[in-house]
Amino acid sequence: MTNSLTNTARLLGAGLRALLVLTLVTGVLYPLVITGIAQGLFNHKANGSDITADGKVVGSSLIGQPYNLPPGKGEETPAPDLTWFQGRPQNGLGTNSVNTQYKLILSGATNRSGDNEELVQWVKDAKAAVVKVNSTAGHTIDPSEVPADAVTSSGSGLDPDISPQYAHLQVHRIAERNGLPVAEVQSLVDEHTEGRTLGFMGEPRVNVLELNTALKALLAKR
Amino acid sequence: MGPVTAGVLQLLALTGALALVHIPLGTYMARVYSSQRHLRVERWIYKGIGADPDTEMRWPAYLRGVLVFSLAGVLLLYALQRLQGVLPGSLGFASIDPDQAFNTAVSFVTNTNWQSYYGEQAMGHVVQTAGLAVQNFVSAAVGMAVAVALVRGFAGSRSGELGNFWADLVRGVVRILVPLAFVAAIVLVACGVIQNFSGVHTVGQFTGGSQEWNGGAVASQEAIKELGTNGGGYFNANSAHPFENPTPFSNLFEIFLILVIPFALTRTFGVMVGSVRQGYAILAAMGTIWLGFVSLMMWAEFSHQGPAFELANGAMEGKEVRFGIGGSSLFAVSTTLTSTGAVDSFHSSFTGLGGGITLLGMMLGEIAPGGVGSGLYGMLVMAVIAVFIAGLMVGRTPEYLGKKIGTREIKQAALYILVTPALVLVLTAAAMALPTPGHSMTNSGAHGFSEILYAYTSASNNNGSAFASLNADTQWFNTTLGIAMLLGRFVPMIFVLALAGSLARQTPVPVTAGTLRTGKPLFAGLLVGAVLIITGLTYFPALALGPLAEGLA
Repeated sequence: MTNSLTNTARLLGAGLRALLVLTLVTGVLYPLVITGIAQGLFNHKANGSDITADGKVVGSSLIGQPYNLPPGKGEETPAPDLTWFQGRPQNGLGTNSVNTQYKLILSGATNRSGDNEELVQWVKDAKAAVVKVNSTAGHTIDPSEVPADAVTSSGSGLDPDISPQYAHLQVHRIAERNGLPVAEVQSLVDEHTEGRTLGFMGEPRVNVLELNTALKALLAKR
Repeated sequence: MGPVTAGVLQLLALTGALALVHIPLGTYMARVYSSQRHLRVERWIYKGIGADPDTEMRWPAYLRGVLVFSLAGVLLLYALQRLQGVLPGSLGFASIDPDQAFNTAVSFVTNTNWQSYYGEQAMGHVVQTAGLAVQNFVSAAVGMAVAVALVRGFAGSRSGELGNFWADLVRGVVRILVPLAFVAAIVLVACGVIQNFSGVHTVGQFTGGSQEWNGGAVASQEAIKELGTNGGGYFNANSAHPFENPTPFSNLFEIFLILVIPFALTRTFGVMVGSVRQGYAILAAMGTIWLGFVSLMMWAEFSHQGPAFELANGAMEGKEVRFGIGGSSLFAVSTTLTSTGAVDSFHSSFTGLGGGITLLGMMLGEIAPGGVGSGLYGMLVMAVIAVFIAGLMVGRTPEYLGKKIGTREIKQAALYILVTPALVLVLTAAAMALPTPGHSMTNSGAHGFSEILYAYTSASNNNGSAFASLNADTQWFNTTLGIAMLLGRFVPMIFVLALAGSLARQTPVPVTAGTLRTGKPLFAGLLVGAVLIITGLTYFPALALGPLAEGLA
């Protein structure tokens, strides 16, 4: 009995030592070397691919953000600032509850199923809103023109992109609100439309932050 | 070009890349596990462990190595999480509660990576990098070691010896996983995955205000997360988070990383048993199931059935624009047919049938191509069953690779395939019967049942993905899912190693005219049939109550 106990203890000791040595290799050396190389060769990317406008960091090109008006008094949800291109709905984002010293963004999806009544309502409301705000005096949006990404939340809640269809759908509104010719906004969207990588990977997309940054620069020049 | 064509082209490109790489990688891995030489760094490690890497082990000794090493892993990871609040480098993140710390420790040691916590608000640098990421490496190496031990059982003769666990573990880490992860991590950083040790970033926003994000060693963890078929995300959104998976290329590259070792191990198997044809037969069975599932998934998701998706005109809920339906379908199938469980889109918001395909993928036992190591040994156990069934049909004593499949062997194989279904069905039934677990559901009806069925399927098969609408951070789920992960990992390993032991004691019988040719397409077909029929019969009633009811509504 004692013999098998000491045997087990000896074996467990070997297990622990093995783990500690391998922790040194895979949990200390490996990440440090990778970090060194990443910081040296890809400094901008390794630190979050931020975008600057007018000398100020305005976010990361990879992380979607809201383009809202400052919230009015007593308003629960801030209203979208319609002078800027809008991204996808973000119903899946959470707020942190554990480490409350920070106001961290909690990435995530809504996880609602296709027959979930709440999701059906969200989609309905989003579609109605997209049609309403994007229809201008001389240009009415038909509900069938609204692409799926405009009315659904993404997996991360932080999708930085929208489909080119959704960007084009917003062109008349952007032109009207900013007093720009439609054609000029149209070509701005075209310039910022990225096709599939090598022609077949992923889907065509428009990065909303880059597009809005370019729009701001365009407005500043006038 | 339409999205469907683009999806198919991505599938073809991935298949081509895997076909190219699996041969040299598989042959290399066979050489690693058969080598007589020790690298200098390995000698230092053996000295640190205090183990002699040249001692041959029989199956009980090999199993003891697996178990104590994993026990040490659970203890250390549990302690790290419980102490997080006082450890330096934790950014002020608090210690994790006991039930969640147990669940997470078990989850990472068993290669499951089920996560009942939010990565960005719960885990600091030390726990992520020196705790969780380490288990990403070593749990993968343990799986590969057990698979190699089973292969040695087929290849060996009379001695009953299966190799040395410590040598297999260390070589798997040092010669296979670390070099591959190194290259992969650099590629990921070049795509835009972050890699730093800074604290929480406060970054300005376009219309004013600011965002706060975590920094972290994400690329180094992401690489091994996929390569070791682990799947535990740095962030809650896992591979849907742009900092983990920023571009369409990184998405395909991550799917490639998930699949490359499991597929290449069939080559390793072929080389080690002295006939690459045997490896091709296993590869063909795995590849057929994988291709079939991807096609079904793309069909289900592109046809977007379900009230909300029909209204939205596409099943984009829970999916990212840059990946689209094609890239998301490819990822979802690859992660559930392996033991990965990483997600680039959220399975709970897939169509009813699409969600069912992810469930069925795990229920097959994750063998097409399966987790690193666990996929190969799972498929080889199914091959033993298939050979046995074929033997019954023609009335001959079945044999596989020159080893007789007798009473003892078939019992071990049968017990292996009974463990996970028993865990899944019993625990799901218990959760449905008790009053409180059901409160964790977000969706009701058939989809609510699927949430719980998915959770136990994922845990028992060591997958780790979720219908994340289930609130699993309760004592009931943390505890029962933890137990499911432990038993679902180690009980099957006991039967695999016992099977390896009894095979290794046998003297190979010569091939005769009556021997079933297991290196032929016919056998690969038989194997696919056996896998589908056995799993189908086991899980059909449960699937009918969940995804089938939803998908056909």
